[in-house]
Amino acid sequence: MSAITVGRPVALRRPIYGWALHDGFVVARRNLIQTLRVPELLFFSLVQPVIFVLLFAYVFGGAIPIPGDGASSADAANAYRQYLMPGIFGQTVAFAAAASTVGLAEDMSRGIIDRFRALPMSPSAVLLGRTFADAVRQILVLTVLSITGLLVGWRINNGIVSAILAYALLLFFAYTVAWVGAWIGLSVPNPETANTAGLAWLFPLTFLSNAFVPISSMPDWLQPIAAYNPISTLVLATRELFGNPTGTQPQYWSLDHAALYTLISCAVLIAIFAPLAVRKYRNATAR
Amino acid sequence: MSDQPAVRAEGISRTFGEVKALDGMDLVVEKGQVVGLLGPNGAGKTTMVRILSTLLKPTAGHAEVAGFDVVKQANQVRRMIGLTGQYAAVDEYLTGRENLRMFGDLFHLTPAYVKARSAELLTSFDLEDAADRPARTYSGGMRRRLDLAASLIARPEILFLDEPTTGLDPRSRLGMWQVINDLVADGTTVLLTTQYLEEADQLAQDIVVIDHGHVIAHGTAEQLKDQIGGDRIEVTLRDGAAAERAALALGSVVSGQPIIEGKKVSAPVSGGSVVLVGAIRALDLEQIEITDIMLRRPTLDDVFMSLTGHLAEDEAQRPEPTRRRGARRR
Repeated sequence: MSAITVGRPVALRRPIYGWALHDGFVVARRNLIQTLRVPELLFFSLVQPVIFVLLFAYVFGGAIPIPGDGASSADAANAYRQYLMPGIFGQTVAFAAAASTVGLAEDMSRGIIDRFRALPMSPSAVLLGRTFADAVRQILVLTVLSITGLLVGWRINNGIVSAILAYALLLFFAYTVAWVGAWIGLSVPNPETANTAGLAWLFPLTFLSNAFVPISSMPDWLQPIAAYNPISTLVLATRELFGNPTGTQPQYWSLDHAALYTLISCAVLIAIFAPLAVRKYRNATAR
Repeated sequence: MSDQPAVRAEGISRTFGEVKALDGMDLVVEKGQVVGLLGPNGAGKTTMVRILSTLLKPTAGHAEVAGFDVVKQANQVRRMIGLTGQYAAVDEYLTGRENLRMFGDLFHLTPAYVKARSAELLTSFDLEDAADRPARTYSGGMRRRLDLAASLIARPEILFLDEPTTGLDPRSRLGMWQVINDLVADGTTVLLTTQYLEEADQLAQDIVVIDHGHVIAHGTAEQLKDQIGGDRIEVTLRDGAAAERAALALGSVVSGQPIIEGKKVSAPVSGGSVVLVGAIRALDLEQIEITDIMLRRPTLDDVFMSLTGHLAEDEAQRPEPTRRRGARRR
């Protein structure tokens, strides 16, 4: 090696927010740089929800009536678009979990996970960084989606503060499911399995909700399942905050307190899946 | 921890289900020493390195690195070590410089230090021109160098190199050897694993030969060679099919069991160059055609063969430069 010009390593002082967050931000920065370096992946992750908006707005639009809205048939399609957009938002942020699953499974299949684990860093940092970056990416996705929605006739009717709360709730939900996705990503044997496993649970979860059809249109036995599905309450709370039509709701506690129930669900899910995922990570080895 | 050995492991065992990867492994690496852990695939080399670098817990035994217990004081150990594994453990999408910055940040070093140290490492590892390109555009050799640079960001006292040149082309391999030798000159303690006997010979002062999860021999390359006696005769045949016959024919002139490797037959001899004449006569009598015949010092291949009864590595996967050359005398 050439002449040593740099002295001994200089240690950083412990930041007031602790090492876990410090390390988490370092890993999040890495994951966000990755996103920028593969613009194709980012592009297609944006295209898919946009296609969903166009499909539902123009193909299914007139076919799904929103009960209790009392709109004339001429306005039915427009009413459905108002109803639809929060559903698409909810579905999209839920699917963010798949990115966490695949991303972590790929990290695990490469040697880099061994290097992370051999560093004196916080054991939760790789997961904190991954989930945080995956949630941050949803800001861009929600922006593109909102613009698309505005173009097909969706409107924000309740003012800016409510709208910001709606977006904040959506991002918190994205962060929550990212932990579930992270746990799945650490549990599957390889990235190929992660691709399937990461999506498998999301389809029933999002379609067993009020994202696209009102709960009251479902068979009786299905209604409680849909009502207590946190995606339903997320979508309902978002509709209320944006001032979009909600349709009439069957009587369930979760639907009566949609925002509160969503927050509680998120807290419970993180409390369950974050420790599970960190445990998996600590005992994991590169595959 | 001033006069403690850099690595001290006693009775390390590790099982994976039914498989015993390590079986009572002992190892001491003194400070500033370069120790080569030599063994065939599956001997337990990587498992040992993973235990010492805190990635894996032993099922039995006790190990200290820089005076810290690898299980109970894992984080203190991690502060003292650098690890370069068999695969380049860098982020493909990040540039070389971004990779080093990330690992420096995760080591909790100041941004100013990380920046200066990264620049220094990129220069000395000949990665300056590629520093701002994503690592996925790097060649295999460049990735390995970046990987090693990442291990060195915090100037570790002890460096673990797990098969640092596996899969590299001959030129990159020589480059890695150069880099490792420079590090050693710098005073870093190195524990490296290899299945290439020539690599252990080139890099390590002290060689620990392991097979089936425990140590079977220990010493300098010269000591190990002396263990199996003096010079060896090596005959290269025109036709490998005649190898068995050739081994039989040589039986009367050599002093030990002949080893057959493809077209080559080798065996220990005593009595110097006069045995060459005897060997040629014996082979000629059997009408065995040869293309080359020579006397040479034993290589570590011979050591391994005599210790374990099998060859150290699979010939098919051994890259060209470590193949034994007839012309090489050590």
